[in-house]
Amino acid sequence: MNAATKISTATASATETQIMTRSDTPLVRFQGVRKSFGELEVLKGIDLEVVSGEVVALIGRSGSGKSTALRCVNGLERINAGALTVCGRELHSGKVDLRDLRQDVGIVFQSYNLFPHLTVEQNVTLAPRKVHKIGAAEARDLADTVLAQVGLSDKAKNYPEQLSGGQQQRVAIARSLAMRPKLILFDEVTSALDPELTGEVLRVIEKLAAGGMTMMLVTHEMAFARSVADQVVFMHQGRIWESGKGDMLDKPQTPELRQFVGNGL
Amino acid sequence: MSYEFDFSFLNEYLPELWHGIWLTIGMTFVSIVPGFALGTGCAIGRLYGPPWVQRIVTIYVEGIRNTPLIIQVFWLFFGLAVLQVRVGPFPAAVIALVINVGAYTAEIMRAGFMSIPKGQLEAAACLALKPSQSLWSVQLPQAVERVYPALVSQFVLMMLATSIMSQISAEELTGVAYMIQSFTFRGFEVYLVIAVIYFVMACLLRLTLLGVAQVSFPRKRRLGTPL
Ligand SMILES: Nc1ncnc2c1ncn2[C@@H]1O[C@H](COP(=O)(O)OP(=O)(O)OP(=O)(O)O)[C@@H](O)[C@H]1O
Ligand SMILES: [Mg+2]
Repeated sequence: MNAATKISTATASATETQIMTRSDTPLVRFQGVRKSFGELEVLKGIDLEVVSGEVVALIGRSGSGKSTALRCVNGLERINAGALTVCGRELHSGKVDLRDLRQDVGIVFQSYNLFPHLTVEQNVTLAPRKVHKIGAAEARDLADTVLAQVGLSDKAKNYPEQLSGGQQQRVAIARSLAMRPKLILFDEVTSALDPELTGEVLRVIEKLAAGGMTMMLVTHEMAFARSVADQVVFMHQGRIWESGKGDMLDKPQTPELRQFVGNGL
Repeated sequence: MSYEFDFSFLNEYLPELWHGIWLTIGMTFVSIVPGFALGTGCAIGRLYGPPWVQRIVTIYVEGIRNTPLIIQVFWLFFGLAVLQVRVGPFPAAVIALVINVGAYTAEIMRAGFMSIPKGQLEAAACLALKPSQSLWSVQLPQAVERVYPALVSQFVLMMLATSIMSQISAEELTGVAYMIQSFTFRGFEVYLVIAVIYFVMACLLRLTLLGVAQVSFPRKRRLGTPL
């Protein structure tokens, strides 16, 4: 824990300059966030800031609390202590309208979770039609736009089961984009895919990053984290053990990260 | 021992037979939609409702599924009379069928809802859909498609079960058969004919419901694969 504190102060200046160039208040701010499932404390005081336009990669061993941290951001899990502010909403107050929050915060899951009875286009436009009440013509345009963003314009009329895993995951990303979120969370979105399909999904995420989308992603793709993330966060036993820019993976400061990177690469 | 078949009653009682057939078909079709709606509502109530709703639905469903239909019909018919509510045999029969098939449908639909992966519900919630929107647009279509064969069987069973409704003097097909038989003493032939008619009606009902599925499940129509 000592090492971790040292590292985060060491990298603070780098992060600060970044914040200056990008935006004022962070989109996401964890302050001493704790989360337990029953007796098991999974997050033991997380401090983290994500500014607009930033890409943050969460890495760490299985069970270190990455998914839990991510799921707190859109209110899938409620935090037990500390403060968590997302898009100007104080989640710790317990008075946040989650549906309102989730219009600003999209999420993409490892298992895609597309709606199998709907076509790609219907999957993508369901929420905008129901939540934002857009009309049929507008919905079609929206579907065209977001499907083009993920390179699947020709699949609009297909059903999920007719697509490869990589294509399904890109539809899930398009579905998220269609809500015009300020922030998208990705939870190991390539873990169910073979290397080739992983590549096509990562390229889509990379393009979004280049386009200025704010993203928090849990990933096991170290090379991707290093090259795309503005901030890499290594979690260990419910704490942020080390964090910094992508190149921190090349010179790990703690034995835990060294071992993790050694195994992961 | 020889037996002379005599189907001449067919000609003589044709109008009565038609009347019975139409009454059976009418009872069945009028009961399907409200029965399905009631059952689906109960399934949702039992799954997502507050505890008191869950309890009421459970009592209703178990009460109906563990007593004979004919007792339910009598109970309703005479019960309504006690309450001074005057309903004819046809409406009484329909109400009884709706209540009966609703309970079975509730269990079938509950299984359908429970078979939907939790990730789907999470995804719907994360897209800012209201619970009611998720239920209507995400869960209901999938639940129905998954349990559709069971629903079809249930509705065919219900059609066959209308054959007891002559007990409250709704003169459906079986009632007509009994009447013809008592005039002609040609029970063997009469019930043979009636059985064939029920068989044909059951097949037609299955076909109709299959057609409804073709229209309702475009994905299934196009791909033919189960969800
Ligand atoms: N809903 C839950 N109820 C109880 N325990 C949970 C729940 N969700 C997660 N946990 C536990 O919390 C711990 C952290 O889980 P989490 O999913 O955040 O880990 P992770 O870092 O995402 O791991 P992985 O790489 O395997 O996805 C684990 O020990 C897990 O068993
Ligand atoms: Mg996880």
